[in-house]
Amino acid sequence: MNATRTLSTAARVLRQLRHDPRTVALMLLVPCILLALLYWVFDGKQQQFNSLGASLLGIFPLITMFLVTSIATLRERTSGTLERLLAMPLGKGDLIGGYALAFGLLAIVQAVLATALAVWFLDLEVAGSPWLLLVVALLDALLGTALGLFVSAFASSEFQAVQFMPAVVLPQLLLCGLFAPRETMQPVLYAISNVLPMSYAVDAMGEVLTHPTITTTFIRDASIVAGAAALVLTLGAATLRRRTA
Amino acid sequence: MMNYDSAPSGPPDDPAVHARGLTVVRGPRTVLRGIDFDVPRGQITGLLGPSGCGKSTLMRATVGTQAKVTGTLQVLGLPAGSPALRSRIGYVTQDPSVYLDLTARQNLDYFAAVLLPHASRADRHAQVTAALADVDLEDHADALAGNLSGGQVSRVSLAVALLGTPDVLVLDEPTVGLDPVLRRDLWDLFHRIATERGAALLISSHVMDEAERCERLLLMREGRIIADDAPDALRERTGTGTVEEAFLKIVDAEKAKEALR
Repeated sequence: MNATRTLSTAARVLRQLRHDPRTVALMLLVPCILLALLYWVFDGKQQQFNSLGASLLGIFPLITMFLVTSIATLRERTSGTLERLLAMPLGKGDLIGGYALAFGLLAIVQAVLATALAVWFLDLEVAGSPWLLLVVALLDALLGTALGLFVSAFASSEFQAVQFMPAVVLPQLLLCGLFAPRETMQPVLYAISNVLPMSYAVDAMGEVLTHPTITTTFIRDASIVAGAAALVLTLGAATLRRRTA
Repeated sequence: MMNYDSAPSGPPDDPAVHARGLTVVRGPRTVLRGIDFDVPRGQITGLLGPSGCGKSTLMRATVGTQAKVTGTLQVLGLPAGSPALRSRIGYVTQDPSVYLDLTARQNLDYFAAVLLPHASRADRHAQVTAALADVDLEDHADALAGNLSGGQVSRVSLAVALLGTPDVLVLDEPTVGLDPVLRRDLWDLFHRIATERGAALLISSHVMDEAERCERLLLMREGRIIADDAPDALRERTGTGTVEEAFLKIVDAEKAKEALR
């Protein structure tokens, strides 16, 4: 890996996004609008909004980054730019690191906006530091980037890539404890939820919500999300082949 | 860090590309059937043949992006696809491989950084400006590639391949869809690159009149090389007036041979 190549790749991805202001606006504003909508749905029932709202702060970055990464990588594959880059002295780590940096940066902006809105205007009650919410949101974004990069190898069209979102993300969403506490689920489902990374993303948000200090459970959950992101990024790197049929 | 300058390149009179028994299998099909050829330095070698005959596969094998390659294939004295070759080969695919949501200059800036991470900013900028001038795109440098015409986008793609003064240029139909004036200018540029920098150029085309501009020709058909000669020698040997007629005559002779078997 080489710092210039990685940073240039990140800068290139951000430049591409700058030419597409509508996508950026959608990525940044939609989570805020959905949070506000959720607040009005629970009109006054602050307890319910609290737990659900905090979970969503972790889920939004994952979904957004999953979508943009899977489409962006698919485009690299189909436009021939990936073949060109891999015929050049670019390391796979440079490419993946560049994408992770660029989308991670965008995820931070998204998470700052959504968290600020939730804490200051929607009265989300967080016992812990809102900064920790940001940390989890960033890890979730990296996980989304990793998953998107990985599945794009199995999609040959944008249609397929978009359909991987419900296929990969929705089962995790159903089992992550958002709809029913994980411990109360049928044992098999509980066991499955234990190996899905989004469960830990939501658990980590819950820890920040209810504990004023950093708990060991929080550290464990956040580490699992980070580890899962690193693992999937490595798998994603293995799908980038310099020689193709 | 790897020092690319010290990579072995073989004696200068060795061919830049050297293939013996080169075979490529894609799925159930054998696309290249044990072919032999050389691409000399300081010259333009034309690769001609009908579409689907294996030209692009041969080029991808040379660049090192083709899987399932067997036989001998050496580029600058190294096995094709060696990491040390990646900064020394300029490659233009048939479809322009550039980012349509970036400007021409932003595309070149990025690929220059990938290719020359240790060069100074000013040096990279100079290379980008020179490449834009080479393909006559200075006036459109700051237009989004997606808003350029087809011919202009393929010139952006060509400019990327010129970055970093590569020793070998592999160009897959670089002049398709360009007007005659531009085509002449680009061929002049290719000749300058060959003679001034001593680079080896392998250029494919299915337009036979471009063959006259090459020093050497490889005629391909159905995964085989059916002729490997200078254009003049080809015409003389077949007693024809143009390379196109020579190609047809050779193909007919091959077909007659096949029919006899």
